[in-house]
Amino acid sequence: MKNIMTICGKEIRGYFSSPIAYLLMGLFGVIFGFFFYSATAYFVLAGVRSQMQGGQAQPMSVNDYVIAPMLGNASVVGLFLIPLISMRLFAEEKRSGTIELLMTSPIRDWEIIIGKWLGAMVMYLCVLAVSAVNVSLLFAWGQPDWRPVLTGYLGLILQGGTVLAIGEFISSTTRNQIIAGAATFSTCLLLWVLSWVSSYNDAGWAKAVAYCSILTHFEPFSKGIIDTKDIVFYISAIFLGLFLTSRSLESLRWRA
Amino acid sequence: MIKVEGLTKRYARNIAVNNISFEVSKGEIVGFLGKNGAGKTTTMRVLTCFLPPTAGKASVAGFDVLEQSLEVKKHIGYLPETPPLYPEMEIAEYLTFVAKLKGIPSNDIKKRVDEVCERLAISQARSTIIGKLSKGYRQRVGLAQAIIHNPPVLILDEPTSGLDPEQQREARQLIASLSGDHTIILSTHILSEVEQSCSKVIIINEGKIVAVDSVANLHNRKRATESVLIEVSGAPEPDVRRRLEQVAGVARLESRESRDGNVAFEVFGLENYTIRAELARAIVQSGWNLNELRAVSESLEEIFLELTRSEKSKEEVVTQ
Repeated sequence: MKNIMTICGKEIRGYFSSPIAYLLMGLFGVIFGFFFYSATAYFVLAGVRSQMQGGQAQPMSVNDYVIAPMLGNASVVGLFLIPLISMRLFAEEKRSGTIELLMTSPIRDWEIIIGKWLGAMVMYLCVLAVSAVNVSLLFAWGQPDWRPVLTGYLGLILQGGTVLAIGEFISSTTRNQIIAGAATFSTCLLLWVLSWVSSYNDAGWAKAVAYCSILTHFEPFSKGIIDTKDIVFYISAIFLGLFLTSRSLESLRWRA
Repeated sequence: MIKVEGLTKRYARNIAVNNISFEVSKGEIVGFLGKNGAGKTTTMRVLTCFLPPTAGKASVAGFDVLEQSLEVKKHIGYLPETPPLYPEMEIAEYLTFVAKLKGIPSNDIKKRVDEVCERLAISQARSTIIGKLSKGYRQRVGLAQAIIHNPPVLILDEPTSGLDPEQQREARQLIASLSGDHTIILSTHILSEVEQSCSKVIIINEGKIVAVDSVANLHNRKRATESVLIEVSGAPEPDVRRRLEQVAGVARLESRESRDGNVAFEVFGLENYTIRAELARAIVQSGWNLNELRAVSESLEEIFLELTRSEKSKEEVVTQ
């Protein structure tokens, strides 16, 4: 445990002593801010319209009109930003030779892997935390239900963890950060669009393919639904990613 | 302390280390000598558990590198060829991180960091960002991370490469000062370094050990014959050659380059002859000027070249 925290702490310091942490937080802040603005603007416009039409208009829910689409968009932005977090995890160590320090120190491979993954998670949480500014504004001037907000963030965290685990694996296969980032990004994009298959095909295999899509499992969370099958999907995907990373490190020893 | 038996490491296409065996006892400083690509780094990487051996056994402090790698790693301090540094960290921050990695109890970490900073004379730079350090300082920080947990075995891969002569001298002194408490293996292709700081030499060539011996013994492997470098002025070369060939005990002469139109030869004597005095007398009696006369002793460099060369020619014979 101590070793995991040592590695994790080193990763966090690594992010925050380079511009990457601030860049990511800044980028996410701007993009999420724009989503927030357009979602609330649309919400206000729709509210005004329904009042003008008069009648027994349903009270509009901030959760359905603002928070759910905003978190959905955030999860897509996450797919683009997370490769930038994960790409350096192992590629940088391999390039600079510091991997030799880690792998010749009295600590186990899986401690390195989990420590690095946790460090990247903390970085990702810091990026997500930027969005809390906007969401808290909604709580200040509206009465949204806080439960779907929490499940939405839980979904974002699980989804982020999955992509980070995949990204960590890809990063461990190369010494080039650009390649690691690009490959992770393409993989994420593919895993995202897999869900489209089910829209034009409802054969059994298509459902299976769509099931692998990262985004289909996120949608229930943004609506406030916690489904065991989604949690199981994310957690097993995280384990798969971390397991592949450990195999990759092992093969690094044998091939080198 | 270190025991290697029949160690072989094969990569996809080539054999980096081929069936080598050697032992290092406690407190020794062993120089691992070989050309680039001879298999020095690979052997060290096996000893530090970075790479597993393809065949054979290696153990450090009684622990097997494959079976008990965690124990081996605890007993080893390792400085790879490029020091494993994080450029964005400060020296003290980096050493604290390494200290934690090596499992030093958290109460002792600060003390140990201070001690190694002191020992390597980097105390005044301890809050400098590593990325801004000069090559010499980086090497010192690299050494500091290798000794921070006070390991009984130190494995140093080319610890003086890329340093200027002054820094090389300092690094050597430092390594020598560590020799008391640590068993050290250091690799190098600089021969004078081995002569100065090692008690034992392992010469490795193309993945095989060609010599294991003490530095003193290697020096004693001198040829039984004497060879002398001689420089003469005031006479044409053919005359000098003819005169010198008449000296008793001279086997042959080889012309050497010289400045200012002087004549220079390397003179090889026959076995069991002392030719220096006779040569000097011959020159002076001929009325020429004797500018220089000195015995050419076989340096470690020549022994090394000879050993690695003969290994190659042997192989050629085999393939023929």
